Amino acid sequence: MNGIRVIAGRELASYFATPLAYVFILIFLVLSGVFTFYMGNFYEREQADLAPFFNFHPWLYLFLVPAIAMRLWSEERKSGSIELLLTLPITRFEAVLGKFLAAWLFAGLALLLTFPLWLTVNYLGEPDNGVIVASYIGSWLMAGGFLAVGSCMSAVSKSQVIAFILTASVCLVFVLAGFPMVLNVFKDWLPLLLVDTVASLSFMTHFGAITKGVLGLNDLLYFLSVILFWLLATTVVVEMKQAR
Amino acid sequence: MIEINHLVKRFDDLVAVNDVSFRLAPGEVLGFLGPNGAGKSTTMKILTGFLKPTEGSVSVFGCDIERNTIAAQRQMGYLPEGAPCYDEMTPRSFLKFIAAARGLAGSEQQRRLREVVEIMSLGGVLDQRIETLSKGFKRRVGLAQAIIHDPQVLVLDEPTDGLDPNQKHQVREMIRGLAKDKIVIISTHILEEVTAVCSRAIIIAQGRIVADCEPTALEQRSKYHGALTLTLDETTMAADLIGAFAGLEEVGKVEAHATANRLTLFPRDGSASILLSVSQLVRERNLAVTSIVQEKGRLDEVFREVTSEAGL
Repeated sequence: MNGIRVIAGRELASYFATPLAYVFILIFLVLSGVFTFYMGNFYEREQADLAPFFNFHPWLYLFLVPAIAMRLWSEERKSGSIELLLTLPITRFEAVLGKFLAAWLFAGLALLLTFPLWLTVNYLGEPDNGVIVASYIGSWLMAGGFLAVGSCMSAVSKSQVIAFILTASVCLVFVLAGFPMVLNVFKDWLPLLLVDTVASLSFMTHFGAITKGVLGLNDLLYFLSVILFWLLATTVVVEMKQAR
Repeated sequence: MIEINHLVKRFDDLVAVNDVSFRLAPGEVLGFLGPNGAGKSTTMKILTGFLKPTEGSVSVFGCDIERNTIAAQRQMGYLPEGAPCYDEMTPRSFLKFIAAARGLAGSEQQRRLREVVEIMSLGGVLDQRIETLSKGFKRRVGLAQAIIHDPQVLVLDEPTDGLDPNQKHQVREMIRGLAKDKIVIISTHILEEVTAVCSRAIIIAQGRIVADCEPTALEQRSKYHGALTLTLDETTMAADLIGAFAGLEEVGKVEAHATANRLTLFPRDGSASILLSVSQLVRERNLAVTSIVQEKGRLDEVFREVTSEAGL
């Protein structure tokens, strides 16, 4: 436990030791504003909710989350500090988990900083704050899924650029798998059961359910198991690179 | 006690470490020598649990590095090759991180931090980013993190590489100053370092151990061991001198240096010191000798010899 805490603490501090954290948060806030107000027609809808804000999150995460995840392991490998990290009396999984938690907490912080939107919508009308809280939690869980994928892809390559592209691609698959547009393609020639399975693996299906205001146990379990799966995969990749 | 048994490490087709075995007892300071790419770093990476061996086993005070990794790692301090650090951190935050990860907390952490900062003279740069530090300071930060938990086993991969002579001296003093009940393994290709700090030397070439003995025994393997080098005044340098020295019973071979007025006299096999008979001859012939140097043996020559033998 101590190992996880120490690793997460160091990792989180390192985000703020470089301009990365500030640039990321700034861009995240600006883009969520742009998406909500211009593309989401926040005012024109004349509805007191944050749906336009949350609806864009999967797309926002698609290129912003790989940016925080790409350095997790690539950088360690490139600078050689991985040798230092993995010879500390800490298990590989603890290191993987600690790093992931730091990135996840960081994403959570960026998400929390969008609170002015929540203030705005409460000032303008009477939104269902329960839905908004559920959506925030859902968005954070989804960010965790993206990050866990990113952690694994970062462990695969020494190059942060490759890690970025791999993460974005895998996440795109996870996002698209829930779209009717994509599912319709499969519907014609795949059994319905299989199509439903593909759909149920998508981030969109579960995130969509949560943003409707229902934080169901199956959606929660879905995201937590996606995270766990990719973190275990990260551990295996890290182990394999050491044993090659 | 460290036990390395029949260690083999293969990377695809390359055999980096080929059947390496040795044991180290507390108090031993091992100099791990070898040409670049001989397998020194790989052996150290396996010993510290970073890489997994293809075959063989490593145990550190009874803890198997593969089955009981954490317990083994707890007893070791490690300076990886090139002393990698987290560049964006300061030495203070970096050392605190390592100390915390090694389970040091509170006042004990403070105390150990103060001690290693003192030993490595890092006081002046504690709050500067590591990336802005000179190579020497970076190396010292790396050494400081390796000793912060006062480990029983210290594994240092090229600890003095890139340091200036003063810093090298400091690091050697530090290693010598470590408690006598510890095990220290240093890899280096600086040969005088081995005679300066090590109690034992292992030379490895192409993944195999080619020599394992005390540094002095290594020197004795040199043909220069016990040889005398005489520098003579120009006027006394005469052609028959070489013959005269070669005629001495204990002297085996005489080598004349082309440029200087210098002769190197090698003892005949089995002969002890040739100093006595040579100085007698010098006196008899009234030679103006400006210096006599008795050689201990040239490590670089032995090194070349044993590592190139392995290549054949």
